[in-house]
Amino acid sequence: MSDLIRKDASELAGLVSSGEVSAVEVAKAHLDRIAAVDGAVHAFLHVDTAGALSAAAAVDAKVKSGEKLSVLAGVPLGLKDILATNGLPTTCGSRVLDGWIPPYDATVVTKLREAGIVILGKTNMDEFAMGSSTEHSAFGPTHNPWDLDRIPGGSGGGSSACVSAFEAPLAIGTDTGGSIRQPAAVTGSVGVKPTYGGVSRYGIVALASSLDQAGPCARNVLDTAMLHSVIAGHDPMDSTSINSPVPDVIAAAKRADIKGMKVGVIKELGGEGYQAGVRSRFDESVALIESLGAEVVEVSCPSFPSALAAYYLILPSEASSNLAKFDGIRFGNRVGDDGTKSVEQVMSETRAAGFGSEVIRRIILGTYALSAGYYDAYYGQAQKVRTLIKRDFDAAFAKVDVLISPTAPTTAFKIGEKLDDPLAMYLNDVATIPVNMAGLPGMSLPIGLAPEDGLPVGLQIIAPAMADDRLYNVGAAIERELLAKWGGPLLAQAPELAGA
Amino acid sequence: MAEAIMNYDEAISKFDPVLGLEVHVELGTNTKMFCGCSTVFGAPPNTHVCPVCLGLPGALPTLNKIGVESAIRIGLALNCEIAQWCRFARKNYFYPDMPKNFQTSQYDEPIAFEGYLDVEIDTDEGRKTFRVPIERAHMEEDTGKNSHVGGATGRIHGADYSLVDYNRAGIPLIEIVTKPITGTGKYAPEVAKAYVAALRDILRGLGVSDVKMEQGSLRCDVNLSLRETPESKLGIRSETKNVNSLRSVERAVRYEVTRHAARLTAGDSVVQETRHWHEDTGISTSGRPKSDAEDYRYFPEPDLLPIAPSREWVEELRATIPENPAVRRARLVADWGLSELDMNTVINSGALDLIVEAVDAGVDAAAARKWWTGELSRIANDRGIELEELPVTPVHLKRLEELITAGSLNDKLARQALEGVIAGEGDIDAIVAARGLAVVSDDGPLLAAIDEALAADPAVAETIKSGKLAAAGSVVGAVMKATRGQADAARVRELLFEKLGVSE
Repeated sequence: MSDLIRKDASELAGLVSSGEVSAVEVAKAHLDRIAAVDGAVHAFLHVDTAGALSAAAAVDAKVKSGEKLSVLAGVPLGLKDILATNGLPTTCGSRVLDGWIPPYDATVVTKLREAGIVILGKTNMDEFAMGSSTEHSAFGPTHNPWDLDRIPGGSGGGSSACVSAFEAPLAIGTDTGGSIRQPAAVTGSVGVKPTYGGVSRYGIVALASSLDQAGPCARNVLDTAMLHSVIAGHDPMDSTSINSPVPDVIAAAKRADIKGMKVGVIKELGGEGYQAGVRSRFDESVALIESLGAEVVEVSCPSFPSALAAYYLILPSEASSNLAKFDGIRFGNRVGDDGTKSVEQVMSETRAAGFGSEVIRRIILGTYALSAGYYDAYYGQAQKVRTLIKRDFDAAFAKVDVLISPTAPTTAFKIGEKLDDPLAMYLNDVATIPVNMAGLPGMSLPIGLAPEDGLPVGLQIIAPAMADDRLYNVGAAIERELLAKWGGPLLAQAPELAGA
Repeated sequence: MAEAIMNYDEAISKFDPVLGLEVHVELGTNTKMFCGCSTVFGAPPNTHVCPVCLGLPGALPTLNKIGVESAIRIGLALNCEIAQWCRFARKNYFYPDMPKNFQTSQYDEPIAFEGYLDVEIDTDEGRKTFRVPIERAHMEEDTGKNSHVGGATGRIHGADYSLVDYNRAGIPLIEIVTKPITGTGKYAPEVAKAYVAALRDILRGLGVSDVKMEQGSLRCDVNLSLRETPESKLGIRSETKNVNSLRSVERAVRYEVTRHAARLTAGDSVVQETRHWHEDTGISTSGRPKSDAEDYRYFPEPDLLPIAPSREWVEELRATIPENPAVRRARLVADWGLSELDMNTVINSGALDLIVEAVDAGVDAAAARKWWTGELSRIANDRGIELEELPVTPVHLKRLEELITAGSLNDKLARQALEGVIAGEGDIDAIVAARGLAVVSDDGPLLAAIDEALAADPAVAETIKSGKLAAAGSVVGAVMKATRGQADAARVRELLFEKLGVSE
């Protein structure tokens, strides 16, 4: 197996632009790796060998002609299968989109293509991004490269797994309640949910429009920052896109200096319900941050305990409406159209056959919560909680520069363990959800392995809106110390995958 | 099957009607409400579509600013308040002509609210004004259009299959909803018609829509209920759709009054339902039952930002609102000293704006009206063009009138001068000079021509002398002919009478 697959994205980009290695070689090395290990990991739903090689060849042609390349040109990437890709299947992990080939690219995809980033294929996910384990994919679960019997997190388990299994140095995820950060945490990789509005949502199949945000996944902070800089920025096609300059995340990742910063530990996100090894690694990180010259204080966000409940009203409400369009009339799978049935029957059969149980559960929840007579008690009340959460964050950021917590309460659990217990599953996102509710940027950074199970633990860093650069500064400072302590990346400690 | 109805006068003697009108206006923007697709009517099916208006997964709406501007202007023209902050909402229901299975609309935060429109109708006591209270005007998007293929009726029932054209999906609509209109008594049908007509005139004046009822760019739903007395609480209403002409608005109200009255008198209750109006038979038939419990699960549209029109912008738009057509009509009738009938002629000729323009430039109102509704209308009609396309300006008409008043042109010569204008021969003075158009003012040639005419018809002189002055016409005509129209007919007449020793 080529050692190219172990290299960082920034390093690969340098090799390609200098002509030392061709982008096609880089792409082939990763396609070989996918061929070797993805049977076991199942990070990809669709591998686009031809498209990847032709995109790589185009980069090589530019290198030959001396054209200026963007920072990540020629670097391979796994794309969550929720982003529309012109000419490439986009399923959202659902049978209802079987056979749909989008006629257009999401804005993020356009930016990736323009940057010469080589899209290897589409990664697995919980159906319509509903889940925390990727077990709700209609096409079977993805396996955690650290332990194939365990979940890689979700909904973007395919993206985190492809990065941590060295199938791609980069991936794009989407994060509605933690779907980038929690998978990053349980696979020992880095994932960032940018400020809401920082990255265009155009062409990303909506789960909950007011919470969804695409973001970068990688194996280190600098690579993540570079990918962030490629995909971020104002898009006139997305009305909620923020029209102001993208924070300089690459410079922040290179600065890595937190001396004199104030860091807040969120009192409500920790303690009871959090695994012992998660807590001990988190406490070590707090000590590390202090050792780097930052001041750490405890802050209270009293509304956070209500966040999960409010989230599970807002998300299903919006999702019930967003997912109404999947009816078999205009695109995707159509079921039951034998010429004898009414259009209502065909719509109904298509949806019943096309959606999995978790999707149906949330559509029913949302439909109920928006119903006349219940709206105020459920959706209306949840929006009030959302306002309170924002106020908690505002108050906290009046005192500190960034906030920290564990990303997830536990390390990766066993496949099947929580499948029949939706509430236990939902609790995985208890620490990440408040960030989406307030539209803030958040990062998950690997901070070591839990002593009791030897599985990765993630640290969540949260910054004020449009201060995404702070995540990278703080993350890189901690990462530098941990790499020194570990003598290399945490992922180097992951077991070799069979077939590799 | 037609339902029982009661004679209208009897129905009105027993019940008090309450009207409600919902009007959907398709805006005349170049592009759709939430995407850049064309709004042009009549394109081949599904050619004016994109991921946004097809509701493809991942697509997002962006707001058409002209759509918002039009909505605000409509609100202002209807004396509404304009929201300082409002949002779109999703109206959720499944229907194949709706790409997203929700309609992006407005719910409890309309852009315009609390307005009114005064309409005038003829009553037994003369013309009378009714104030129609307006609840709201809100923005939304149109749906696509289903067509059902096969089967006998062209309706969904019995069809072999159905096709959907999404060209119309996403075209901006403004829905204008009245409050319950009470106090019309027997004039409910006339008030309804006058309201829709006045609304149409206002929208046309604003230039926001082509307001063609037959093409569906103005659509009206008629809500009607009856109650025993004006003090009783509101009765159960029916909502009649597909009322697509002014005449139908009036007829539909009249029909529903007679239908409701028959049911109520027979002891049946009115069913709250949607009904379809049939232009051909003049009746409505039951559509789907509609209850207040119908649940659209409205919630604020998260994909669009709230709209907060600045007060400055609203005032800027207010300055662009033309005078209310009804108010303007009343003012012009008074200023110009016209009868209502004259005014109808003016409006029907389509020349109102051109006449106003001429009068504003100093042309006498009667003269401007005469030219535009007479000679110029005839020319435009002959050529199959619009009045606006004629190259005749207020300056032309003004100079023409000056020359006529001075006696140097007569009516016939003036018409020739206008022909010159239309032929592009330059300004009036240049045309008069080039064509040699001038009234012959020297009496010598006129007297010679009179002698010639009298000689040609020896009997006529005696006829005139005997007091039959009308006979002078033929002599004057002959003189005019002889002078190729360049004589002043009044002067010819004078000279003729002088010569014959007759006084008028």
